[in-house]
Amino acid sequence: MNTGHSISDTSFVLPTAEQLWRVLILDEYNTRVVILGVMALGIVAGLVGTFLLLRKRALTADALSHATLPGITVAFMVMVAFGMQGKSMFGLMIGAFVFGCIGVLLILGIRRTTRLKDDAAIGIVLSVLFGLGLCLLRLATEIPTGNAAGLNGFIFGKASSMVASDTKVIITVAICTGIIVAALRKEFTALCFDENFGAAQGWPILRLDIVLMTLVAIVTVIALQSVGLVLAVAMLIVPAASARYWCTKIGSLLFVSALIGCLGGWLGGVVSALVPRMPTGPVIVLVCGGWFVISFIFGPVNGIVARQWRVWRLNRRVAMQHILRAMFEVSSENKLCKFESIVETRSWSQSQVTRLLSRLERNHFAKKEEKCWVLTGLGIQEATRVVRNHRLWEVYLINYADIAPNHVDRDADLIEHVLGTSMVEKLEALLGSDAVSTSPHPLGEQE
Amino acid sequence: MIWTPIDTWICIIASLCAAACALPGCILVLRRMSLMGDAISHTVLPGIAIAFIVTGSREPTAMLIGAVVIGLLTSFLVQAIETLGKIETGAAIGIVFTVLFAAGLVLMRQAVDHVDIDPDCVLYGAVEFAYFDQVTIGSWSIPRAAVVNGVALVANAAIVMIFYKEFKITSFDPALAMTQGIRPSAMHYLLMTMTAATAVAAFETVGSILVIAMLIVPAATAYLLTDKYGAMFVIASWIAIIGAVGGHISAVSIPPIFGFSGTSTAGAMAVVVGLLFFLAWVFSPRHGVLSAAIRRKKVQQDIIREDILGLLWRLEERNHESAHLSFENALCIPKRSIKQAIRHLQKLGNVSFEQPLWRLTEHGRKEAALIVRSHRLWETYLDKHFPQDVHQLHQSAERLEHVTTAKMQSRLGDAERDPHGSTVPPSPDN
Repeated sequence: MNTGHSISDTSFVLPTAEQLWRVLILDEYNTRVVILGVMALGIVAGLVGTFLLLRKRALTADALSHATLPGITVAFMVMVAFGMQGKSMFGLMIGAFVFGCIGVLLILGIRRTTRLKDDAAIGIVLSVLFGLGLCLLRLATEIPTGNAAGLNGFIFGKASSMVASDTKVIITVAICTGIIVAALRKEFTALCFDENFGAAQGWPILRLDIVLMTLVAIVTVIALQSVGLVLAVAMLIVPAASARYWCTKIGSLLFVSALIGCLGGWLGGVVSALVPRMPTGPVIVLVCGGWFVISFIFGPVNGIVARQWRVWRLNRRVAMQHILRAMFEVSSENKLCKFESIVETRSWSQSQVTRLLSRLERNHFAKKEEKCWVLTGLGIQEATRVVRNHRLWEVYLINYADIAPNHVDRDADLIEHVLGTSMVEKLEALLGSDAVSTSPHPLGEQE
Repeated sequence: MIWTPIDTWICIIASLCAAACALPGCILVLRRMSLMGDAISHTVLPGIAIAFIVTGSREPTAMLIGAVVIGLLTSFLVQAIETLGKIETGAAIGIVFTVLFAAGLVLMRQAVDHVDIDPDCVLYGAVEFAYFDQVTIGSWSIPRAAVVNGVALVANAAIVMIFYKEFKITSFDPALAMTQGIRPSAMHYLLMTMTAATAVAAFETVGSILVIAMLIVPAATAYLLTDKYGAMFVIASWIAIIGAVGGHISAVSIPPIFGFSGTSTAGAMAVVVGLLFFLAWVFSPRHGVLSAAIRRKKVQQDIIREDILGLLWRLEERNHESAHLSFENALCIPKRSIKQAIRHLQKLGNVSFEQPLWRLTEHGRKEAALIVRSHRLWETYLDKHFPQDVHQLHQSAERLEHVTTAKMQSRLGDAERDPHGSTVPPSPDN
């Protein structure tokens, strides 16, 4: 890359095919270490995060991860004081874990003993412990021995500093955590959805809660090196939240969440290896964020598109049934079913009616004869069913809910589309099946 | 250490910044939206990064606009994900701010070779160096950060004063606000704008993560100290200022004791306001842990004393002697508490020790009669109005007798005998 260009120049050299291939097959040792590490992290974070999210503790985990900073520096200082290698990963992780737990306990303490709510408790613990961490970090850099220079790498993560032993630790921890999650799946599910049920089953709810938060702390700690403590919480919640748009069963949630975490780790690792000046941690979070956006829009469960599609289909079916009923009622009054008389039946526009009529024609429900529209045999069959539902409900309302005959049309108008077969049978049994031959109120006088 | 004018300026800048943050912080805490403050203080980073990349300079106006726009976007996205995506608020906040923050880091890393800013500075602030960036106003030359934070403080104070009532109503009762023609959503976005603008003004001083400390901690501390809406703003501002000044003083004076040269002022500010919060948590007169414990203890001791008086009175009634009886067995209370209570009763002149027994004095007998009267009247009352198993009456009356005032007793009516058949001591008035 040439230097001395303008500020707005953010161009970068695209990787060659060979570079891409070498990264994809994990040919380089450093890339392999990093990518395997973050993939394992993504899987385990996805698993634990699913329960964390269901337990509605997403931001407690954020406070926890910020609280690890003083833990790391204290551990560093203690180890240096005892003449050990200051940056022993295991020691730092212990320190981080201990302070993370202290952070969670403080949140619980503030919430229980003051009138402050969760949000303030989280904000206080997060910021004050992070501030403490910054102070201690500055002090640690002044310690002549031990070389604290790399400690602030934990704030934003420094995946490039990962070595094989770190990845081994991450993978080991990931496997252990995965086993625990698999073993306690049923208990955690009860904890997240119905604590009281779990307690009634005789399960130790408090201890399960502690186990869950401990797992969260462990995942946070192993995420520190690659993703950093500011963004560690994203690894826990973003894949888990994305998974919620793809499935509803807890087993598949866990699987999808782990898959998204794993893909996020892999893709993030690949991108940051190929493109210069791309920090691994933030890129992984961005990839996971991209997954979230895709899931949020296209996910089959509650995704925006899926929901709009369902609404659209329902509206379409309702409109079809409305026009069938309108035509049936117009023709039953021995009038010619002209376009204008259909338009008059309810408040819809001419273009809407034109569209609906052509749809009826395509489905062979109606055909145009000279200037008026006629229902086909198929159309009459369907229209009878709808009208029947409508009038059954009207009669039911008049007889059983004691509603005036000229008020029932609107209610029946809403319910006619969703009356199932069994419901219709019940109504018939209740009202006698001939109760629907005629409308209980004069037609065409609703307005 | 030597105190220099630079230290004074650092204290002034930090105080202005902390007080400016504390004002919107109060509203955030009251609305239980502290974590929106957290999110916005994080997403200032991408706002600044985008402003850098677009304008290519450290133009303060561009930075302000960038940060405010991203701050509002954060708030909007959180609401959208929460309502459209059916995800709880906390998780929605977590998703939005982490992803935007990650985007900010990547953008900053992309631009880092070209502009003189780095993520570290954005995060931790550089109040120590703020003095050297001076601007000239008239004939004075003062640090730019002081001007920026001063303007933020004045603007926030003005907004809080102008919309004092509106913020109050929308925070405590959004439905009432609607009926009075105040739009809660408008106040929400005004608050979000205020928070984002304050965060960008403050990020150079305390850094974007510690902005959250200045936003939330003084406000939460004030919330534990007062029940008044207006007082909360004043107290929070003072706590923020004490935290800022105390933070800088401890940052430069405490580490030298241990042989270090000094530490981060911004970090120390967070720690000092954290300590102030801790003090309020423990010692607050109304909401503190300690005062609550003292109140509980006092009530507990009142009850033990009353129980002892009642016990002695009943023993006299049945002509039993208290010698053969240990209070702790009869009342199921530890010996230490009994001793303490007896000593207190003796001091009040309610009981006296006449070898080998504790006896009620004349004064004590009157007091005891009142308690037993309450107890038995309650039993009668409960039996009459809430018929239940006669043996369960005692339990309820045992609790109620300790909270019965003279007025309440007079309204309980009168009776000769309680449902167990014991005589109700007569009222002292007749």
